[in-house]
Amino acid sequence: MIEVTFTANIQRYVPCPPETVVGRTVIEVLNSVFALNEKARGYVLDDQGGLRKHMVVFVNGQPVRDRTTLSDAVPDGAEVYVMQALSGG
Amino acid sequence: MNNRIFVATRKGLFTLDRGNGRVPWAISGAAFVGVPVSIVLPDPRDGWVYAAVGHGHFGTKFHRSKDRGATWEECAVPVYPPKPEGAEDIRCPMRGIPIPWNLELIWGLEAGGNDEPGALWCGTLPGGLFRSNDRGTSWELVRSLWDQPKRKDWFGGGMDYPGIHSICVDPRDSRHVTVGVSCGGVWVTRDRGETWECRAKGMFAAYLPPERKFEEHTQDPHRLVQCPGKPDAMWVQHHNGVFRSIDGSASWQEVATVQPSTFGFAVAVHPTDPDTAWFVPAVKDELRVPVDGKVVVARTRDGGKSFDVLRNGLPQEHAYDLTYRHALDIDESGERLAFGSTTGSVWTTDNQGDSWSCVTTHLPPVYSLRFART
Repeated sequence: MIEVTFTANIQRYVPCPPETVVGRTVIEVLNSVFALNEKARGYVLDDQGGLRKHMVVFVNGQPVRDRTTLSDAVPDGAEVYVMQALSGG
Repeated sequence: MNNRIFVATRKGLFTLDRGNGRVPWAISGAAFVGVPVSIVLPDPRDGWVYAAVGHGHFGTKFHRSKDRGATWEECAVPVYPPKPEGAEDIRCPMRGIPIPWNLELIWGLEAGGNDEPGALWCGTLPGGLFRSNDRGTSWELVRSLWDQPKRKDWFGGGMDYPGIHSICVDPRDSRHVTVGVSCGGVWVTRDRGETWECRAKGMFAAYLPPERKFEEHTQDPHRLVQCPGKPDAMWVQHHNGVFRSIDGSASWQEVATVQPSTFGFAVAVHPTDPDTAWFVPAVKDELRVPVDGKVVVARTRDGGKSFDVLRNGLPQEHAYDLTYRHALDIDESGERLAFGSTTGSVWTTDNQGDSWSCVTTHLPPVYSLRFART
């Protein structure tokens, strides 16, 4: 099982409670979450299904490498964080 | 006259109201506070209000209000279809970067014709035009324009990508729609978007190499408006001047007499008199502030032969307000106008600009401002 947690900043616009889901890759994990919370999809992914330019997903503390198809592997028991890509000052 | 204005800003959507008689304008409501609202449309047909909300991290969203802005609901946002497998990238001719199949910004928003209840047109960056037939419950990309071969030559002006900011639905025929593209010229459909023709003959681009100066499909109309009462009359505030058409966009003539300068973004035309139009000039493209630090509005009443420079009630000392393309509007009476600025000021007039009143000087930067007509 995978624990998925969303940034607090997204909650104002679309409630995204923590979820425990299954999936072997980042996109499988996110799709499992979006199956429970379809509205959240467009807040995290762009029109082509890639990660939005200013969003980031961490798997066990590491940012995902494949931001286009989100194919990075997610080991069972992993913790996934969905948050804003922080930049600037 | 119309007694409500919606003001879309860098940090929220604000409602301005006034009573009848001499009751002054006042800010009566705020929505989406802290969030950029790129454009607002009070639908003149049924009073619904639409707002494009551009979250920096979470993408652009679309909201609608059935009660004149009292409450809002998120509805569908235009979404680009999947890029076809193997489709070659169109690259910006200026910078070589691929034009994405992603919604970057909602930049134009208009109601369909009176015979098309619930129909909306939406212009976007990176250059897609969308249509909704159900008040924003669903959207469809107008593929005929997106697939136009000449789109490959479009490029961004002040933005990263080309964009559609102006949409004029002909009051005589809802199938006849004219759109302005920065930088992609003026495009016309007469069959509700099945086919398109570029119609920018007579415009010129002083900023392009001489051999491409008159290329129609790379012109940069900053803003395009159409006189509702005489729809063959159209005005364009262009990147390097003002142009006017009196033959429904078949040809354009430069209007070089605008004072104190011909650079700017916004233009408004009188609802019934095609010769009367207003502009909010700035110095020039590389110096986007009012001439001599004085905010003025330029008005012509003779089709551009001459201009009045209107300054009564506007700041005339160290004022650096710029008015964006959607931040000037005229109400249906033709007497009342309003405009907003990048420094958060809003001014109104009830006498076609002879005198102006300041409503506020401390809103966030104003992107779009529209009178509610019902």
